[in-house]
Amino acid sequence: MAIYSTNEFKAGLKVMLDNDPCAIIDNEFVKPGKGQAFNRVKIRNLKTGRVIERTFKSGESLEGADVVDVEMQYLYNDGEFRHFMVQDTFEQYQADSKIVGDANLWLKDQDFCTITLWNDMPLAVTPANFVELQIIETDPGIRGDTSGGGGKPAKLETGAVVRVPLFVQQDEVIKVDTRTAEYISRVKD
Amino acid sequence: MSNSWRPSCSTAQLHQRAQLFQQIRAFFAERQVLEVETPLLGNHCGTDPHLDFFTTTYNSPPTPATLYLQTSPEFAMKRLVAAGSGDIYQLCKAFRNNESGRFHNPEFTLLEWYRLGFTLTMLMDEIDELFAHVFHLHPLNPSQRLRYQDIFYHYTQLDPLHFCYASYCDYARSHKITEAISLCQHSHSLWLDFIFSHKVQPHLGSNALCMVYDYPACQAALARLNPSNPRCAERVELFINGIELGNGYFELTQAPEQRQRFEHDLHYRQTYNLPTLTLDERLLAALQAGLPDCSGMAIGIDRVLMVLTNTHSLDDILAFPVSRA
Repeated sequence: MAIYSTNEFKAGLKVMLDNDPCAIIDNEFVKPGKGQAFNRVKIRNLKTGRVIERTFKSGESLEGADVVDVEMQYLYNDGEFRHFMVQDTFEQYQADSKIVGDANLWLKDQDFCTITLWNDMPLAVTPANFVELQIIETDPGIRGDTSGGGGKPAKLETGAVVRVPLFVQQDEVIKVDTRTAEYISRVKD
Repeated sequence: MSNSWRPSCSTAQLHQRAQLFQQIRAFFAERQVLEVETPLLGNHCGTDPHLDFFTTTYNSPPTPATLYLQTSPEFAMKRLVAAGSGDIYQLCKAFRNNESGRFHNPEFTLLEWYRLGFTLTMLMDEIDELFAHVFHLHPLNPSQRLRYQDIFYHYTQLDPLHFCYASYCDYARSHKITEAISLCQHSHSLWLDFIFSHKVQPHLGSNALCMVYDYPACQAALARLNPSNPRCAERVELFINGIELGNGYFELTQAPEQRQRFEHDLHYRQTYNLPTLTLDERLLAALQAGLPDCSGMAIGIDRVLMVLTNTHSLDDILAFPVSRA
């Protein structure tokens, strides 16, 4: 893997730090007029998701991390692992619940999502920004309400619960923004 | 890319800069300080191991010579002072390799001046007046003068003049900068750079000019040591909103001590495999001939413009930062 020096640390660069794959978020060059130059770097640990700050002497280097984002189709859940497939190659990957994390709230069979691979092993799962899911449980709405003000909870087929306008009914399919868990619209067939 | 021929700053910023130059020139003209010009290309360069320089090749028959883009006009200006120029100032470009970021561009504008017979206190008085003059439309809170030892202790409870490795390590562990331990090891000066820039500097000068003086002797650079307290150097640094703006000294005038400090720098460069330099014997000869007692100050004008215009990055005030140069 390539070696990157502090002056190559750009947002998005994937490097190894303390044996974990990390992504650079921000890199600030700090140098007293007379004195040692430092780089104060904000880094996200891709395994834990935690963001830390670390200072390096300018010119120090880190090993690159073999981390890539690959679009895959979600196939099924065997109870222990969820299985994904790369469309072009039919190559399959499996990920346990620790790796899938909150993405499980939005994964529906056959839907596409992004799998972050580290050394060809799944590291994280990111659902599509927008997903279409069916409501399996919600209170009946009040007739005549069309504004969507207020709202009510609705349970979706994946188990996620989102707030929807009162006029949205059980069994309807809705579009949801997975980044904010917010209702966007009804999906008409 | 298609837009990269354009300046990265606004037209208003060009006017701000021109106005700042006019104000500075008026300020020094009124005080009868002479504007001078010294070479940007020199046969020698500052030896400070933390400054990386640009080298150029001068095709001078019969053998090509290496010339250095100056990291500061300090040596040439001191030669002028030693030769009897009297009080002088200069607005010029300085060049530092490997420096780029929000507050750094490898080519930048420096205001540097020397005042004969000025103590560090008198220099600080003049800095105060200069900032009052330049910031008259952007009033600052009253300026502060703080001893390095006091302000360092205030924010860290550590004594910067006495290096206690164990307590510095404890501090690093309890303040989430554990990496300082492996990074600084047993170098007192490195520890001070690390802790000061991370834990002290960000607090300095909230919309006010903050002058920190009496630097620890290990950070003297080219300042004279305080005769009554040789653990401190007669050096001052300026900060506004946590941004370092300038650096000044009650100048070292003793040739033998200057030679010693140069040789110390060269030794350090050798030890750490940094590019080597030869001593500027002309500067040493000037000190030998006699540099009058004086104080000198250097201020980064681009950063002053950043503060004046409340901007976030040098890219907001430079027409063509290095990425567009």
